[in-house]
Amino acid sequence: MKFGVIIFPGSNCDHDAFWTIHHVAKQPVTFLWHDSHDLQNCDAIVVPGGFSFGDYLRTGAIAKFSPVMESVREFAAGGGLVLGICNGFQILCESGLLPGALMRNVGLKYVCKQVQVKVENNQTPFTNACRTGEVLTIPIGHMEGNYFCDEATLEELKRDNRIVFRYTSANGEITDESNPNGSLENIAGICNAGRNVLGMMPHPERAAEPELGGVDGVKIFESLVGAMALK
Amino acid sequence: MTAYVYVSLKKSVLDPQGKTIHGALSKIGYKGLHDVRQGKYFEITLNGGITKDEANIEVERIAREVLTNPVIEEYRFSLEDN
Repeated sequence: MKFGVIIFPGSNCDHDAFWTIHHVAKQPVTFLWHDSHDLQNCDAIVVPGGFSFGDYLRTGAIAKFSPVMESVREFAAGGGLVLGICNGFQILCESGLLPGALMRNVGLKYVCKQVQVKVENNQTPFTNACRTGEVLTIPIGHMEGNYFCDEATLEELKRDNRIVFRYTSANGEITDESNPNGSLENIAGICNAGRNVLGMMPHPERAAEPELGGVDGVKIFESLVGAMALK
Repeated sequence: MTAYVYVSLKKSVLDPQGKTIHGALSKIGYKGLHDVRQGKYFEITLNGGITKDEANIEVERIAREVLTNPVIEEYRFSLEDN
């Protein structure tokens, strides 16, 4: 059960993800350079946060053309597990692996703080260690986290229970005040129809040890480890 | 030949930046503004020898596949000899 963490020029959460997988989840992990097609037989791929290619043009718009993303598309099509965090979520949307787009925050400010997200669906490889309805405290740090999609896509996401995380108050209420960026219906994370690709704006790797102010993020990695053990 | 490509948010998509600019313009005294939308502008200089038809196909593809995210944006472009 080997994890691969992709590095694009401008990724900056790659080492945090690596650290969490290696030192906290205690799993084998390797870095994958964006310019290679080789996924090195990894069982799960993490597309980390940061500013790939400086986020020029649009967030994730240039990263989607990297050779590694061709392999990630094939890997995902075959059921491989792909977790996109923050810029990784933006890249997965740009790549067409997830529907919708992440737009500039409605308040036009970079928002960096702890937020509460509710697990709306624990029947995914990324949330099976959580309870449905459980509220996790995980930090966000982004300028473009305002999730948008057209109405038909939103209906589909809701119908198929593919909205995995929503921003909520501490007791799990979906309110405007708890929505940090203007996302449609407080969406913080979604998965694909096959439930093997997940994108989320909050950074679970930044909430993985008590020294970081919380450990709720570990559950995402534990879920993946559990899901891979069942494969 | 030069291609001038304009990328803008679809009408159905909120543009908080445009809204903020609109608010600022009204505040400093510009009257009669109904709406402001912000977009992106690209100038692409093409190699000599390319025909207008070829340029049309190439630039259309660049605008559609790279410069625009079709979920939220739309584009238009013009070509000019220079």
